[in-house]
Order: sequence, then C-alpha cells, then structure tokens
Amino acid sequence: MMLALAYAVPSVIVFVAAAALILTGAIGVISLKNPVHAALSLIMTLFGVAVAFIAQQADFLAAVQIIVYAGAIVVLFLFVIMFLGVDRREGVDVQPLVSQKPLALVGVVITVSAIIFTMSRSSWVTGVPSLSLGGTRLATGSHNVKQLGTSIFTTYLFAFEATAALLIIAVVGAVLLARRERVLEEAS
Amino acid sequence: MNWLASVDPLYAHGITAVVILIALIKIVAGFASIMGAVILMIWFERKVISKMQSRIGPQRWGPFGLLQTLADGIKLFFKEDLIPAEADRFVFKLAPYLCLVPALITFSIVPVGGTLHIAGHTVMLQVANPPMGILVMLAMSGISVYGVMLAGWASGSKYPLISSVRASAQMISYEAALGMTIVTIILATGSLSTHDIVTSQAHGVWHWNLIRLGVVPFVVFLIAITAELNRPPFDVVEAETELVGGFNTEYSSLRFALFYLAEFMNTITMSAIMVTLFFGGPAGYIPPIHHFAWVFPILWFLGKTVAFAFSYIWFRAALPRFRYDQLMDLGWKRLIPLSLGWMLIVAGFLVNRWWGISMMGTVILGWFVLTRAYSLGADRTVGSESVLPEVGQRPTPSRLYRQRTTKGEN
Repeated sequence: MMLALAYAVPSVIVFVAAAALILTGAIGVISLKNPVHAALSLIMTLFGVAVAFIAQQADFLAAVQIIVYAGAIVVLFLFVIMFLGVDRREGVDVQPLVSQKPLALVGVVITVSAIIFTMSRSSWVTGVPSLSLGGTRLATGSHNVKQLGTSIFTTYLFAFEATAALLIIAVVGAVLLARRERVLEEAS
Repeated sequence: MNWLASVDPLYAHGITAVVILIALIKIVAGFASIMGAVILMIWFERKVISKMQSRIGPQRWGPFGLLQTLADGIKLFFKEDLIPAEADRFVFKLAPYLCLVPALITFSIVPVGGTLHIAGHTVMLQVANPPMGILVMLAMSGISVYGVMLAGWASGSKYPLISSVRASAQMISYEAALGMTIVTIILATGSLSTHDIVTSQAHGVWHWNLIRLGVVPFVVFLIAITAELNRPPFDVVEAETELVGGFNTEYSSLRFALFYLAEFMNTITMSAIMVTLFFGGPAGYIPPIHHFAWVFPILWFLGKTVAFAFSYIWFRAALPRFRYDQLMDLGWKRLIPLSLGWMLIVAGFLVNRWWGISMMGTVILGWFVLTRAYSLGADRTVGSESVLPEVGQRPTPSRLYRQRTTKGEN
C-alpha cells in the first residue's frame, strides 16, 4: 500500500482493474468445468493483459494482443472444442498421471516463491510505465510502432527470423502429418 | 498526461470539467447518431430492395414507412423471450452483446467531420482518436467473431452451430486480407490513427487512397469487408435453404433484435470505415460560407457513407450467393496473395523506384509459382473428399459418390 501511494492514483486504479481481470480470468480457466466457458475466461485474461499493456503505453502491443490472441488463437481453441465435441461431457476427474497433484503443488510453490523472491529483489512496481529498450521510455502514438519495428528488424532480427522459420516448419509439418495420400484407384 | 494531448488536442490544457463534459457529449452524440442511422438504414435497405424487386416495401407507419423499424422494434419487445432447453444459458445471453458492442466501438474511431473550436478547446469530430487507431477496428472485428460463434454454439441446436462455424471460419479467413490492405494504407500514411489517415488524403481527389494506392487494395478491402459482414453475396451464414435461418435461429424477442441491430450497425460502420480509409473521409469541396463551413465535411462524409450503404443493398439485390468452398477459395487463394503482393509493391515504391520495380518482379515471379502450385494441387484429383470440383459443378455428396463408384466396380 505504501508503495502504491507513491504513484499516481489513476494508474494504480488501472493496474488494479487489469490485475483483477487477469486473475479472475486465469482462475476461471482452470476452475470452470465447461471447456467453452474456460476459453471465454481466457479471453478475459487476454483483455486484462491488453489493458495492462495500454497502461504501460504499449498501445500497439495491446492491439496486437487482442487481434492475434483473442481474435484468432482462442477462436481456434473454440473451433477444436466444438469440432471434437468435448464441450458437454467432460472427464476432469480422471487422473492420467498418478501423484500428479502433489507434484503440481510443489511446482507451483517453487514458481511462486521464485517470482516473489525476484520481485522483492528488483524494482517491480505497480502501474508505472516500465523502462525498456536500454533505459529509454517507450514512445507514444505512431512512434511506438516505429520503435517496435526498428528494434525487431535491427537488434532482434535474428530472433524474429528464427521465429518465422519455426512457424513455417510447424505449418509444413502439420500439413505433412495431416495429409493422407489417397490413390486414384480408390476414387475411380 | 502529455501523451493524451499528443493523441487528441482536446486534452492539451489538462483535464477539466469542461473537457470531460465535451467528451461525454461526443460519446452520447455518437451513440445517438449511430442508433438513429441504424433505424434509417433498416428502412433504407427494405425500401431500396423492394424498389429493385418491383415491390412497394414498408409504407404504413409514418411518412414513406419511416417508422416501420420502430414498429418492428416494439413488436419484438413484446414477444416471448425463449431460451431453448439445450442452451447454455449464460453464453446464450452473452452472445448478442458480443455482437453489438464491437460494432459500437468501431464507430467511435471514425472521423465524422473536421475539427471544431468550442470554448477554447479543439474538438475532433470523432468519439475517440486512440493511438492504435485503425487497429481498433481489426481488434473489434476479431471480437465480433465470438458473438456469432457463441450464439450458434450456445443455442444447443445443429443448424445454428453449423452456421456459426461457417461464419467464424469465414470471418477469420477474410481478416487476413483485410489486415494486409490496411497495412498498405498505414504504410502510405505513416500513422495508425484514423485522423491522420483522413488528413493525409485531404488535398484533393488524387490524394485519396483509392487512387494513390492503385485501385487493387480498395477492391480487396471491399470484398473482404463484405465477407466480414456476412452480407450477400457472402451470406452463407444465413443460407436459408441449407441452415433454416443462420446462427440466430433460436433467438427471439429483444436478443434477436440485438443481432439485427448489430448487423445493420456493422454495415454502416464498415461503410464509414471504407470512406475513411479510401475516400478521404470528410474531405471534399467546402463553399466559403462563414460560421457554417464545419457542416460541409459532415455532409460529405454522410454522402459518401450513404453511397456505400446503397452499394451494399445493391450487392444483395444483384448477386447470387457464393458456395462455401468457393468463398474459401476466393479468400485464401486469391485475396490474400493479391493483397500481400500489392503491399510489397507499394512498400517498394515508397522506398524508391528501383525497389518498387524489383518488388514488382518478385511478385510476378511469386504469382507464377503460385499458379503452378494451384494447378498442381488441382491436378491431384484423388477422391471426392480431397479436392472439391471446379466452380460451376455441384459437389457430389461423398456417400452417394462412394456407393456409385463401388457399384460401378462390381
């Protein structure tokens, strides 16, 4: 609370609202029984992240977050859910791995304590535009896009191209796996 | 707060009560005008389409039947609100709003007129001018997919589900071509904001994006946006002969009215977006009349938008519906490569002439490769399921086909 008071009230409000959206959505994803409802709360989380991006003045990232994740990826999730027909009967009580639950608990405890440890050591604060790109602030408006584009196509060019190649490999692999060679005799 | 001022000059002198009041008035006025426009649009569509089909159309309520939409609204309001027994109640109730709200939000970024000066404040005649500008439109069209998709799924009924799966597949496919043409416009403008897009086209007809970028992006955009709206000739979503009435078959009363409203609101909004992107928005000749010069941009904007709204109705009256596989062919095999290639060419010419010409060469090479790939793919005639027949032939239902072929072999 003392930390929060040190910063402007509106940004704290925005941060709290975004955090509430993200957390409610995330809890919904793992706790809701119906997969479609879970996908919907995943969208809620994505919206919360977009709000957080806007609060950090990363407007372009926020828009892309909605367009790509909410507008395409979760739609594909829903497609799969609808086509496979898993939307009604749901066997969440079946445990495919024995002793999965205690192991998961241990994993969660380790991860969360690591995060809290890092946060206590570094200067992570709420609702304040973070510093990036070597200490300079993110530019606003269309300069934001320019900054992002420049860093992608100069500093991080290799990572960018490697990602592109990975995606292409994934697509080609999926097509190869899904393709069934039907011979002409079968049809005629 | 200075980043707010860089976006909208209204916030240049800090946020005072007057500024908040102006923002609120803009929101209320925007909402009221789009609602009024929807009512008029429904009337306009019914009237025009009946003229084109040699009918009379609505004429009983109000002059020229203008109040017909209101009468329909009141009728729908008093109808029974049914929720099917198989429905997922929460999602069923949520879906109409997921359709309506994106339509409203998209309208908020459309510049309706120039700028006004009220009480020492510069007021843009658009509800909002966010820094991500036109991307809001893409994001919202991404969200409106959910309205359609969840409406069909939550109904717990076969035909709405088929319709909604068709609709969402269609909307996602055409979004790619849509995004690519918008990238072309953003490249030429150098800014994402709709205000900047409009001001960059303000110097006369030759600077309109329609002509400046070549006509191709406009054509791609028009086709893609018509598909995005699920309007004829791309209305496989509500093909009555196949799907009863589309994804909203199970809806009644106010929830149905919301879908209906959203559909027409989207039509208006997308007409307005098209005017903004390609036709200079409110740009046009302004007669030298004192104190009323600000009215003319609004009139220009309205005129252009109505022209597009009319052309949508014309499409509906004139064009037969696409078959589903033809629609997917057009989207993925024609529009996406075309818009991508054109974007590369425009980007090349923006750098310098030689880059432009070399990009042109690349695109032509790519075109040859793609044609070869398509013909190879089409030659792989293997079974009725793998490759659909060419345009103009009816696909044989696979089971019938198999029966027939096995009998022939025996």
